[in-house]
Amino acid sequence: MSFYRGMTCENVTIKGDQGTPITAYVAKPSGPGPFPGVVLIHHLPGWSEFYIETTRRFAHHGYLAICANLYERAGEGNPDDVAAKVRADGGIPDAQMVGDTEAAVKWMRAQPNHNGKVGLFGSCSGGRHAFIYACQKREVDACAELWGGRVVMGKEELNAKTPVAPIDMTKDLSCPLIGIFGNDDRAPSPEQVNQHEAELKKCGKTHEFHRYDGAGHGIWYWHRPLYRPEAAMDGWSKVLAFFGKHLAK
Amino acid sequence: MCTSIIEIARAEGMAKRGDEWFPLSLAVVAYDHARHAPLGDVITLDFINITLDPGARAGIELTLETAKELRAALDRAIAAADFEEAEVRGKGAVLSLVRAAS
Repeated sequence: MSFYRGMTCENVTIKGDQGTPITAYVAKPSGPGPFPGVVLIHHLPGWSEFYIETTRRFAHHGYLAICANLYERAGEGNPDDVAAKVRADGGIPDAQMVGDTEAAVKWMRAQPNHNGKVGLFGSCSGGRHAFIYACQKREVDACAELWGGRVVMGKEELNAKTPVAPIDMTKDLSCPLIGIFGNDDRAPSPEQVNQHEAELKKCGKTHEFHRYDGAGHGIWYWHRPLYRPEAAMDGWSKVLAFFGKHLAK
Repeated sequence: MCTSIIEIARAEGMAKRGDEWFPLSLAVVAYDHARHAPLGDVITLDFINITLDPGARAGIELTLETAKELRAALDRAIAAADFEEAEVRGKGAVLSLVRAAS
């Protein structure tokens, strides 16, 4: 019975941006497949337990799943400490994230029991990163952006690491997008989410945005006071339905 | 990062992790969602040395209100320290403090 499906989990080394070896956590459902794939892009708090667990959760739901450590270059340590070091260094460059994520997508497409479809999943900074990747590359089939902050950016926020505001990439979005947002969030604010959606509509992009009252940032983070169980479970069902629709073959 | 509220300052001194002290290079002040404190958004203070391993970090998460109280306490202590410096050394302090100390 698939509900009690087994899985295999391990760390693999992939060739990240500019050939730099980085570690990725992978979870593979038991059985012959073929399985659709989900590439997870971790959030600002780093390659954390939430992301490792969420990788396994996708495997539980029948997806090959991989989550690369985008902060590997900062060294080994507690995810919080590594994330703090990355923050002190001004974050990671968007281009490096694209290179690292491309490696994870390649790993996915090389799996013998992969069905050829890849979904992207990211929250917080990872939501922003997932959207950027789906705009810059044409090799993913669906994208889930959860409360991605700084999709809308002022000119004063642009720098060498984040040279282009993601909203300005919207015309290049290459796949359907699902967005999950809390109406009490301030990064992104409801106004920024509206701007994001207006640009998607203007560019004629397939998307569905779900906004939750009484919820702010990090709705699904079960270990934080931001957790909103009803909104989280509804959001999970929407994301799984979205991936089920776009990643089936 | 989700908010772009971040300030990075040079830090000279040392901080403690476990039983060890390590030299600092930076103090990072941000306003973002808490990672550990059972709070929503917080002022985070990270005293770190980015030339060492990621564990070289003293991290703090404070409510906005108590961060303001800390700022006020820092201001008072620094003003008093400037006064002390002026009194002892007679130079290098704000002119008004030097006058006050004489």
